Amino acid sequence: MATYSTNQFKNGLKIILDNDPCSITENIVVKPGKGQAFNRVKMKNLKTGRVLERTFKSTESVEAADVDEMNVEYLYADGEYWHFMDPTSFEQYAADEIAVGDTAKWIKGQEVCVMVLWNGAPISITPPNFVELAVAQTDPGLKGDTAQGATKPATLETGSEVKVPLFVDEGDILKIDTRTGEYVSRA
Amino acid sequence: MNDIRWRSSASNEMLLERALLLKNIRAFFDARGVIEVETPVLSHHATTDPHLDSLSSRFRDETCYLNTSPEYAMKRLLAGWQQAIYQICKAFRDDELGPNHNPEFSMLEWYRPGYSMEQLMVELVELVEAICQGSKFALLKFSAGKKTVFERLSYQQAFEKFAGFNPHQASSAQCHQIAIAKNVEIPQGLSVDDVLDDWLDWLLTQLVLPSFEKDRFTFLYDYPASQCALAKVSENKQQVLVAKRFELFFGDIELANGFHELTDADEQLQRFQLENKMRKQAGKKNSAIDEHLIAALNSGLPDCSGVAVGLDRLLMVLTANTCIDRVLSFPWNKA
Repeated sequence: MATYSTNQFKNGLKIILDNDPCSITENIVVKPGKGQAFNRVKMKNLKTGRVLERTFKSTESVEAADVDEMNVEYLYADGEYWHFMDPTSFEQYAADEIAVGDTAKWIKGQEVCVMVLWNGAPISITPPNFVELAVAQTDPGLKGDTAQGATKPATLETGSEVKVPLFVDEGDILKIDTRTGEYVSRA
Repeated sequence: MNDIRWRSSASNEMLLERALLLKNIRAFFDARGVIEVETPVLSHHATTDPHLDSLSSRFRDETCYLNTSPEYAMKRLLAGWQQAIYQICKAFRDDELGPNHNPEFSMLEWYRPGYSMEQLMVELVELVEAICQGSKFALLKFSAGKKTVFERLSYQQAFEKFAGFNPHQASSAQCHQIAIAKNVEIPQGLSVDDVLDDWLDWLLTQLVLPSFEKDRFTFLYDYPASQCALAKVSENKQQVLVAKRFELFFGDIELANGFHELTDADEQLQRFQLENKMRKQAGKKNSAIDEHLIAALNSGLPDCSGVAVGLDRLLMVLTANTCIDRVLSFPWNKA
């Protein structure tokens, strides 16, 4: 089992905490003057994306996480798994619902996503920052309603719902910011 | 083309403020007949302090070390001279990086033959006040006409007041319970099997220091005898053995550490050996003991007190900055 000591901690280092793989985002030495040092560490849980803080007694060792990150192309979903392909090796990976999470709302096929692998298995999929999706259903905008900033709900081809300006029609291709889930423009 | 990382992370005003700080310190000691000295930054010896690690370098085939403080060399000067001396130098410590730490930092250290710990604490107050008054930018709220406020608390008083227990009578198990009762996070790797000092250090950072008044200087003194480092140990009024050691804080930030210096060569040697034992237990490398220092103590170190002040931190708090990078021309990420 590979381990890291606190003096090897740096941003981006992957460790196991509470049985989950985490990536260190901040490492600060806490010292009461002379005496025992402690490391206050911020890290991102790579499975849930949640940020957590933990303190370690300096020189404490923690288990290293075998984590890889790669760009993959989304192929299709079979109802249980979402399938992705490494475009360089053509190797395919099946990600479950937990790994795909909200990303499923934004991908329809061929998008290049970032996949995190832990011990060779996908644990998280991040969609591109911007995706282009067609409007599957939306009510017609009311005639003459030109109020600034007025919006209506629209259902996209992936099934997700976004707020769109009143002029958007069914069949329009929209640019969506996946980080906020917001409409950007017509594509 | 827009890369501006080459630039100093300190403003030009800050660089001036630093120059002024150094000038004021030299004027302060010059007026008091304290002589400026220089000692090597590069040494044959690494520190034995179990909580510090020396950075290493190489001369020919020999691994040598950057000093973590000029203490040993300055004591060797004192032993042959008996003269009040001060030094402004760089010190280096491995693995210390953060808002309050840079691996290379500026240190002011001075020694006063014949001074008690209390007398040296008074002189440190006078120095800080002189620095504040001489500050061109007068960034200190408390220097504008008001007298700088220095709180004084013994280690025991501080723990009783802010953590609710007497540190001289505590155990690791009790500290563990107190941490749980007071909802203090328990660091991974800290257990009841660890020595009491590890727990006291942790509770100091979590319960005591955060309770110190912000924008105010606080002295902590009479540390537990087990945290004596290079200080004399003697009984306090309650017949408890305490280290004649003090630290100065501004808010919760440590600025200085001082000792009524240990002059007993045999005891110093034993402490070094004990420190090496602690290093071994912590999985750290043994450090060769500096025999020159032991020999100097054997020849006779005058009764004296000495203190080291982190100048970057002092500049940081005096200019109301919360990150040490703001007062350094080129902090570690730009060095």
